[in-house]
Amino acid sequence: MHSKQVRTELPGFWRRLWRHAFCPISDADGFYRHRALVRLTHWINALAILFLLGTGLNIFNAHPRLYWGLYGADADQPFFSLSSVDTAAGTQGITQIGPWHFNTTGILGWSKVDGEFQARGWPDWLTIPSFQDLADARHWHFLFAWVLAINWLAYLIYSLWVRHIQKDIWPTRAGIKAIPRSILDHIRLKHPTGDAAKHYNVLQKMAYLGVTLLISLMVLTGLTMSPGMDAFFPWLLDLFGGRQSARSIHFLCASLIVAFVTVHLIEVVLAGPINEVRSMLGGRYRIPKDHAPEIHPPQDPPAVAEEQL
Amino acid sequence: MADAKTISRRLAIAGGFAGAGWLVANATRLTDDQSLGHVFKAVEDWTRIVQRGLLYPNRLAREYSPSDISPVFKPNGTYNPGTDEYNAHAASNFVRWRLKVDGLVSNPLSLSVADIMRLPRRTQITKHDCVEGWTAIGMWTGVQLGLILKAAAMKPNARYAVFHCADNLTGEPAKGGAQSPGQYYESVDLRDAFHPQTLIAYALNGKRLDVPHGAPLRLRVERQLGYKQAKYVQRIEITDSFANIAGGTGGYWEDRGYEWYAGI
Repeated sequence: MHSKQVRTELPGFWRRLWRHAFCPISDADGFYRHRALVRLTHWINALAILFLLGTGLNIFNAHPRLYWGLYGADADQPFFSLSSVDTAAGTQGITQIGPWHFNTTGILGWSKVDGEFQARGWPDWLTIPSFQDLADARHWHFLFAWVLAINWLAYLIYSLWVRHIQKDIWPTRAGIKAIPRSILDHIRLKHPTGDAAKHYNVLQKMAYLGVTLLISLMVLTGLTMSPGMDAFFPWLLDLFGGRQSARSIHFLCASLIVAFVTVHLIEVVLAGPINEVRSMLGGRYRIPKDHAPEIHPPQDPPAVAEEQL
Repeated sequence: MADAKTISRRLAIAGGFAGAGWLVANATRLTDDQSLGHVFKAVEDWTRIVQRGLLYPNRLAREYSPSDISPVFKPNGTYNPGTDEYNAHAASNFVRWRLKVDGLVSNPLSLSVADIMRLPRRTQITKHDCVEGWTAIGMWTGVQLGLILKAAAMKPNARYAVFHCADNLTGEPAKGGAQSPGQYYESVDLRDAFHPQTLIAYALNGKRLDVPHGAPLRLRVERQLGYKQAKYVQRIEITDSFANIAGGTGGYWEDRGYEWYAGI
């Protein structure tokens, strides 16, 4: 882009950004989308999950193998493992999934810490703390596990109480019928405008319900790993088929939460990041009009292009 | 323009995000310099209080059936104490091994393995959950620790049972300044000490304990993690505090940053 064009374009861009981010949204342009407690629990949840994922990977590194069943240790067959293996070509990081083995040297199983290769499940740039420390990772993990559990209960009780889950998130019958269409809309990156933008679409509803279920499973499988809780709730062991199965489900659900967060963030960007983030901070959401700039950026005729014509 | 209330609300939101961002960015440093120790201790205390409340008075850990037993029970920590003294005991099949019970008791004891094997025995198939994440299921036979402690007669100010072991696991430096000696030790409070499943065990899966699994005597505390299950136990010291023992936090791994309450 030429510097001349930047000068002519930027002030307008910044003015638009400022208006989108800070100017009041009138009832004609938008509506109150997120209740205060939903907003607060959303952000606490985000922070807790970030810490739980990072510290969870550090804890995982203490025994980077997953088993199915009541027990599982070095002599038992894992269905997933990260290890380092000495070969003629040097040490390699090996990721094993069932019968398959992949060379993941440098990332999984064998990666650099402070410039030196180390046997390490997940690399240091993914774990909290970055150095390998089971004791401290557990301290962080349990701190944020309490934060997550309390925050989660607060959200669930409140959302059921004000009927947020029943009215806004539970899919309707018509919605379920429209799933194929909704899938097509998502593939075409077509986001709802006008009145349709006042409600979550059916895939969105299912994703939010799904992540609700995933976090519930995270809490329950986490409790199943505690020998103290097992004495209090032995049925947890039956529910998940043993402590090692529970540990594996804990990890698989965490992976699905990562997948959810990834799609969630991509959708926020595609649907108009300023409007979306603003509504999760202040509560009010600007209803996208057809061809509103933040909905279909490519369709918005760029001012510069017109000038050049 | 935005009014004062709106501005203060925006500042609060910005402050919250700045704080969260700072925490994320500094998590590794905060861990390294141990500056959140008191926060983590409060979380551990809270977890212990909640679990103790739920487990009142004496809920049992699940016991499994023989078909659930792990084909190989993984030993961990010390595989062989290897000192001259221990080697001599092992060579003579531990006939001169003594388990001493002293401290805040009216009737100090010194028991041989044979003495202990003459006491009423309990056999239980339980899971052993290592703090690292793995699990092994095994069948333990031994004497309820409560029986031994009753014979020793606790004094009224007794609060903890501290287990002194024959193995020196120097591996990892202790946390928080002063270097703790590497001699393995552990401790439980009297509620766990008198729990019906808390054993001084001498057999695993129907055979006398072998050296990697803690011969001749080891502790089983079934509602806590593996590092509580002290091996090669030589002495049980009954105390009102473990603050003056080794690193002062109640166990070898506790001195290296792990929770004293290992129910989670």
